[in-house]
Amino acid sequence: MTLAEKILAAHCGKDKVSAGDFISAKCDLVLSNDITAPIAIREFERLGFPHVFDPNKIVMVPDHFCPNKDIQSATQAAMMREFAGKHGLIYFEVGEMGIEHVILPEKGLALPGQVIVGADSHTCTYGALGTFATGMGSTDIAVAMATGEIWMKVPPTIKFVYHGKPGKWTGGKDLILYTIGDIGVDGALYSAMEFHGEAINNLGMDGRFTMSNMAIEAGGKAGLFQVDGATLRYLKGRARGKYTVYASDVDAEYARVIEYDAAKIEPQVAFPHLPSNTRPISLVGNVAIDQSVIGSCTNGRLDDLRLAARVLKGRKVDPHVRCIILPGSQQIYLEALKEGLIEIFIRAGAAVSTPTCGPCLGGHMGILAAGERCVSTTNRNFVGRMGHPRSEVYLANPAVAAASAILGRIAGPEEVK
Amino acid sequence: MPHKGKIHKYGDNIDTDAIIAARYLNMHEPRELAAHCMEDIDADFVQRVKPGDIIVAESNFGCGSSREHAPSAIKASGISCVIGKSFARIFFRNAINTGLPLLESAEAVENIKQGDTVEVDLATGTITNLSSGKTFKAKPYPDFMMEIINAGGLIEHIRKKSVGAR
Repeated sequence: MTLAEKILAAHCGKDKVSAGDFISAKCDLVLSNDITAPIAIREFERLGFPHVFDPNKIVMVPDHFCPNKDIQSATQAAMMREFAGKHGLIYFEVGEMGIEHVILPEKGLALPGQVIVGADSHTCTYGALGTFATGMGSTDIAVAMATGEIWMKVPPTIKFVYHGKPGKWTGGKDLILYTIGDIGVDGALYSAMEFHGEAINNLGMDGRFTMSNMAIEAGGKAGLFQVDGATLRYLKGRARGKYTVYASDVDAEYARVIEYDAAKIEPQVAFPHLPSNTRPISLVGNVAIDQSVIGSCTNGRLDDLRLAARVLKGRKVDPHVRCIILPGSQQIYLEALKEGLIEIFIRAGAAVSTPTCGPCLGGHMGILAAGERCVSTTNRNFVGRMGHPRSEVYLANPAVAAASAILGRIAGPEEVK
Repeated sequence: MPHKGKIHKYGDNIDTDAIIAARYLNMHEPRELAAHCMEDIDADFVQRVKPGDIIVAESNFGCGSSREHAPSAIKASGISCVIGKSFARIFFRNAINTGLPLLESAEAVENIKQGDTVEVDLATGTITNLSSGKTFKAKPYPDFMMEIINAGGLIEHIRKKSVGAR
C-alpha cells in the first residue's frame, strides 16, 4: 500500500484499502476558519447534534479576515468565537494566532499518521509530516464535527521523484511550481501526491510544508512526505500526543511515477492567471511590479523569512514598490524578531504585518488596484485573487519576491548587486 | 425547479475566486453571495441568468479554494445544474452536499453552445439540447453518492442515518 492507503486503512478499521474504495474515515483533527466556520456552524446546528464528537479534536482559527477587517468579518469571527467557547474547542485568538496551516504543525497538533480534514483547501499542508490531510467544504466539516467521521474515496497516488541537488536559490516553492507547470492545475486531480528523491531528503521541514501546501494547486487531494529524521526532529518537544509513523511499501501501487532532475530546476515564476503558467526566472523578461508580498500558509515560515532577509539585508526596497511581509504565526514573528530579521525588513523599507491570510485572497492588508502587478509567495494567481479583476499576481519563492522588491521588477536574487 | 434553461458557457479551470470572489466571503447567505456570482469573469451573468438556466464548462470547474460559498452562490443565482468535462474535487463534494447537481459529459460540453436551451433529466442523467435536438448521457454517480443526492444533501442524509441508528 501507499502511505495514503495505509493511513486511510488504519482510520476505517480495515487491513487494506485500494484506490477507488469508498470509506468512512475517523478524523483526528477537524479544522475551520473565520470564513468557513460560519457555514459549518449553521449546518452543524441543522444536523441537530447536541455536542461535537470531541472538543479536543476540533480547531477553529481566525486568520483570513482577522484581525477583523470590517463589521461583517467581525460578525463572522464572533460567531466562530462563541461556538468555540460554548463547545470548548481548540481556538487561537489573535494574540496567539497565526495562519491555521502554520500553527497546527507548530503547536504540535498535526502529527504523522493522522487523518485531518479542514474547511480550507490548503489543509493538505500537513502532508509534510506524513499526515493524510485534505480540504473540504463547510458541510463536510459540520458532519465531521458531529460524527468524527467523513466519507472519502481512497485516492490513487502519483509518485514524484526529485533527483539531484537543487541550486542555491531553488527551494520547495520552485520544485512544486515546476511540478504544477509540468502536470497542470488538474494534473493530480482526485489523487494523492507523494514526494521522494535526493532533493526531498535534503529539504527542510519549511520547504516540505510549502510543497504539500500547493498539492491542491495541481488538483491533488493530499501531498505526502515520508517521515524521516527531519520530521522527527521537528516533532521533538512539540508533538502534543502519540503518533504512528507509516511508510509506503516498496511494492506499493502508484498510478504514475514522475521523475525530475532537481539540479536543472531554476527558481520558478507562475504568471497570471494560473499556478501552472510557470517560467524559469531566466525567461521572465522585464515585468515591472507595484507590490511584493512575502508570507502566507505557503511561504510564511521562519526559513522563508530568513531567505527574504538574506536578500534584503543592507538593501532598499524600490521606492515604487510596496513590500509587505507577514510572518505566519506569533511564534515565527518572535523568532524573526530575535534573529534580527524584522529589523532587516523594516530598515529595507518593507512593511511587517501581524500574521494573517490577508492579501493572499484579496481580503485586506495589501489589495491591488486595476492594472497593478504583485509578485507574491502565496499560492494562487487567479483573476482578481488579490484585488481588482484587472490586477495581476505572479507566484514565486521568498528570495525572488525580495529581489523583485529591491529591483522593482521580477528578478532573481543573483541579479541584486 | 425544472432543470431546463439557457446555457451560460465557460472555459477550462473556472476557479472558485471567479465564481465568488473572496472579497465577498465576509458574507455567507446564499442570496447575498448570488448577487456577485461570476462577477470577475462575466460581469452581466447576474443580470442574464434566469431560474432553471444551466452552466456548461470545460475541464476542472470549481478549482481552487474549499469555499462552499461557490456552489451556494451558483445555486442561489437560479442555475439548476452544471454540466462539465470534469470538476475539481472539493467543489464536487460541496455541490453534492449542498444540492447543486453536477453532470459530467465531455460530449455534451462539445455539442452545447452559449445561448442554447437545454433540458436535463437528473434521474436518468439524460441531457437534451433542445436547440439542436441532440441528446447525451452523463456519467452515472456511484451508489454511495446517489444516497446523498436522493436524501437532498449531506445534512439530510446524516440526519436520516442517525435517526435510523437511534
